[in-house]
Amino acid sequence: MLNVGLSIVSLARFQFAMTTVFHFFFVPFSIGMGFLVAIMETIYAVKKDKVYLDMAKFWGKIFLLSFAVGIVTGIIQEFQFGMNWSEYSRFMGDVFGAPLAIEALLAFFIESVFIGIWMFTWDRFRPGVHAFMIWMTSIGTMLSAIWILAANSFMQHPTGFKINSTTGRIQLTDFGAVVANPQLWKVFPHVILAAFMTAAVVIAGISAWGLLRKKKEENHFFKTSLRFGLWASLIFAILSAGAGDLQTQQIIKDQPMKFAATEGIYKDTKDPAPWTVVEMINAKDHKASGQIEVPGVLSILAYHKLSGSVKGMDTINKELHAKYDKQFGKDMNYYVPPKTLFWSFRVMTGIDALIMLVALVGLIFSRKKKDTIENHKWMLVVLGLCIWVPFIGNSAGWFITEFGRYPWIVYGLFTIAQAVSPTSTVASLLFSNIVYFLLFLFLGGVMVWYCRQTLHHGPYYEEADSKQNVDPFAKEAFGK
Amino acid sequence: MTLSTLWFILIGLLFSIFLFLEGFDFGVGMSTRFLAKDDQERTAIMSTIGPHWDGNETWLVTAGGAMFASLPLWYASLFSGYYILFLLVLVGLILRGVSFEFHKHAETKAGKNMWMWTFFIGSIMPPFFLCMILLSMVQGIPMDAQGNAFPTFFNVVNLLSIVGGVAGTLLSLVHGLNFIRLRIEGPLRDRARKLNKILYPILFVGEVIFAVLVFLQTDFFTKRFGSSLFITVLIVLFSLLGYYGVLKDREGWSFAGSGLSLSMVIVLLFNGLFPRVMIATNPAHSILIKEAANSHYTLTIMTIVACILVPIVAIYFIWSYSLFTKRINPRENTVKY
Repeated sequence: MLNVGLSIVSLARFQFAMTTVFHFFFVPFSIGMGFLVAIMETIYAVKKDKVYLDMAKFWGKIFLLSFAVGIVTGIIQEFQFGMNWSEYSRFMGDVFGAPLAIEALLAFFIESVFIGIWMFTWDRFRPGVHAFMIWMTSIGTMLSAIWILAANSFMQHPTGFKINSTTGRIQLTDFGAVVANPQLWKVFPHVILAAFMTAAVVIAGISAWGLLRKKKEENHFFKTSLRFGLWASLIFAILSAGAGDLQTQQIIKDQPMKFAATEGIYKDTKDPAPWTVVEMINAKDHKASGQIEVPGVLSILAYHKLSGSVKGMDTINKELHAKYDKQFGKDMNYYVPPKTLFWSFRVMTGIDALIMLVALVGLIFSRKKKDTIENHKWMLVVLGLCIWVPFIGNSAGWFITEFGRYPWIVYGLFTIAQAVSPTSTVASLLFSNIVYFLLFLFLGGVMVWYCRQTLHHGPYYEEADSKQNVDPFAKEAFGK
Repeated sequence: MTLSTLWFILIGLLFSIFLFLEGFDFGVGMSTRFLAKDDQERTAIMSTIGPHWDGNETWLVTAGGAMFASLPLWYASLFSGYYILFLLVLVGLILRGVSFEFHKHAETKAGKNMWMWTFFIGSIMPPFFLCMILLSMVQGIPMDAQGNAFPTFFNVVNLLSIVGGVAGTLLSLVHGLNFIRLRIEGPLRDRARKLNKILYPILFVGEVIFAVLVFLQTDFFTKRFGSSLFITVLIVLFSLLGYYGVLKDREGWSFAGSGLSLSMVIVLLFNGLFPRVMIATNPAHSILIKEAANSHYTLTIMTIVACILVPIVAIYFIWSYSLFTKRINPRENTVKY
């Protein structure tokens, strides 16, 4: 009855998508925030300019909030492989477990121990020593990104393995090749730079809201933060676009279907290949129409050359059938979801361009000679609204990466349908989906609420602890 | 000894360390309701583990990761077989994990209260359900030839798993109270000792029932009588040491005693499991360590990595504890270290 619309595979996929997307709201933000707060505190330690200490403390509060939610949603990820994808865990254990365990040993311990120290030792260490603690935390978060991306890169482009003929499972033969996977070193810079950009945009955006409050004593603080955030937004938006371009080159080589879908190409293109800005996609009949094209640009994007045609999905589908039919049968569908990829790519790149533009305009308005940004309310509102934008871009990026691997869970070796736990039931998956959904809704709401409240109090607000001795019947106890 | 056996032991060690450390975190969380009288005291109790809880929890993440990296067939069968219980463990860990930050930001009484309750509930759920999973698993459950576990309701919920869950949770509470005695000064510390004076006798009863049930419901004592008996006696002896520390007002002894009791529970279970990792009602379907293990190559790499990293982690982990040794006074306005 329930199975009509809700298969176990689609429920498990939905759960992975939901938990990963939610987790990945906080992960890039925390990685970026940790890095930027570390820079702020280092500037303070070097220049002894107190505004940078205030910045490290204020933005540190927001960092800690997101870090907390990031950790707890991360544990779900680790357990989920065993819970929902036990066949995957059996198949991939020889390769996948190692980076995961190294991530825990090398990265999670560094970040969890040093963030604990950093939080509670503001008054105990010299600024330089205290900054060391947040640098360790920040390095821990980045190391963690390397190892989990190493695992993901193997799934995108397996290297350094063989299939064990008796068990049929993957067997690691060259750990160096897993770590040196070209996918990994193309995707890591892109992810990490986008993470820095995410945090920078949020800093700039919250500072813009802060400036709109027009509190004199906070003006210097928020303006310094704003310019810090805008510079970082601009730099990291440009760099992450560059890193994304390098990653694209790798994808064309390893996963041509993914690339063809992000560009919505069914038939092989002309030479030189035109770039389609928008088009209508009919996924069912494998047809696209109504293209608005820019001649020659796709050749540049794909090959950094003025010529060269790009293979379409129809051709690649035939090639994949020729390659895999013997092992996986004729009924496989190798078309990835073209609309999702096509539009995700446009959303992601559009957002990156938007951030560059807004950051540039913001910098012009807030330049030191003029210093009039508080008179341009519209500009501050735009910056404030941009807070949400990089999060959408991050999710869109992962949509391309993960949907673009369809129908594989491990590219060319293991399909998504093979990977799901045989013990899973529709009921248990439905139940856990509902539990996670409600929990995420709740946590996300609270997190946004407390960030808003932190901004509302501003950087010079006395810690709430000091209020605890208030007589419960005094006026203050009843709140505002 | 083969590498896979070494990793079986290492996973056991990681779980023991986890229970020793996170055990008192859980107990500290529970004692916010049993020990504290107002929010100020609750906040002081919470702050004793403020810098540490995240690091402590990382031992669980590492144990899970090590399981995946060395004995993946165990990881796959266990986690998928005990789906709902692991979900409940996760919900508890999530609620608890966010409580620290959210409580700090809450400004109304209702808000503070809410995060204290999530802290409390999130500290009871994980030890209870984790112990339940382990004590259910060691009794043997229906499994198929592919290693998929299909525990029935009564495989999961039975006398031993419930007693194990309750005893593990109670031991965590006692351990947490011993930690509070180490880290807090003033009346709260005395109250923690008084409460433990009452709890220890109950714990001893629980441990005896637990031991009898393990004897009756598992094959531990038929397969390895000597070692199982020895470890069971150690669990009780360490608890007695803890009780001695309560009576003599020596919190260091108490803390070591209750922590080692918790660790010994894991040792008992792993000793009884060996050389299996999952016990099936049909013995032919049980999973052995060597069947669950990864290739020799992967295990070699993981062994090298662990030999380098674990000692380094241990050093800075212990150092981080040494930074926060000053006792907390709940009546001071802000908690300083």
